Amino acid sequence: MSKANGVKRIALVASKGTMDMAYPPLILASTALSMDWEGAIFFTFYGLDIIKKAKLEHLKVPSLANPAMPLPVPNIIGALPGMTAMATMMMKSWIKKANVATVPELVNVCREGGVHLYGCQMTMDLMGVTKEELIDGVEVCGAASFLEYAAEADVSMFV
Amino acid sequence: MADPVKVDKVLDAKGLLCPMPVIKARKAIKEIALGQVLEVQATDKGAMKDFEAWSRQTGNELLDSSEAGGVYTFHIRKAKE
Repeated sequence: MSKANGVKRIALVASKGTMDMAYPPLILASTALSMDWEGAIFFTFYGLDIIKKAKLEHLKVPSLANPAMPLPVPNIIGALPGMTAMATMMMKSWIKKANVATVPELVNVCREGGVHLYGCQMTMDLMGVTKEELIDGVEVCGAASFLEYAAEADVSMFV
Repeated sequence: MADPVKVDKVLDAKGLLCPMPVIKARKAIKEIALGQVLEVQATDKGAMKDFEAWSRQTGNELLDSSEAGGVYTFHIRKAKE
């Protein structure tokens, strides 16, 4: 897809399906939008969960193998049943308290502002996901289509 | 002292964190005419640098910025449609 003259473009890959890892691509894309750039996010592998109707509102924060959690949890405790739910609940309460936008809110900002939300066709085939399971406005494509878009990007990042 | 800037629209982005102040600023600046001035009030500590960058990137003119009691105030003249 050819770029309009003088317009900057950002091309992002979202490859992780946890709530914490959904933020960086969505924040960068929505900020780019606010600066009149155009942008696209390619949702691949677990990142596809971010644009699944059934998952978008229910992304979780892993309690395991994350020494950077503000409240550090030893892995042996993090492995216990219910710990992922607890880590997720804690993160949600911090987000609410700090008044940070939620993931679904940022997805909406991106979608309404015209950021291309590309769902990875191969991931869908691999994991048996249909287009109907994805939120409205998603375009499904493969790596070649995304690369063609990214080839004209001024900024591209993998998350 | 310079004359106070005539403000055409005020955006209250206090209490919001990155990236919402610039996202709301984009919406607000679309609602004023070329040459008019948008005042943005924000408490996000990153706002000072962010609004400088945002103004450069969008081609709008950051007339001045100031801080008082933890509130950052920006005056941005719309210079581009």
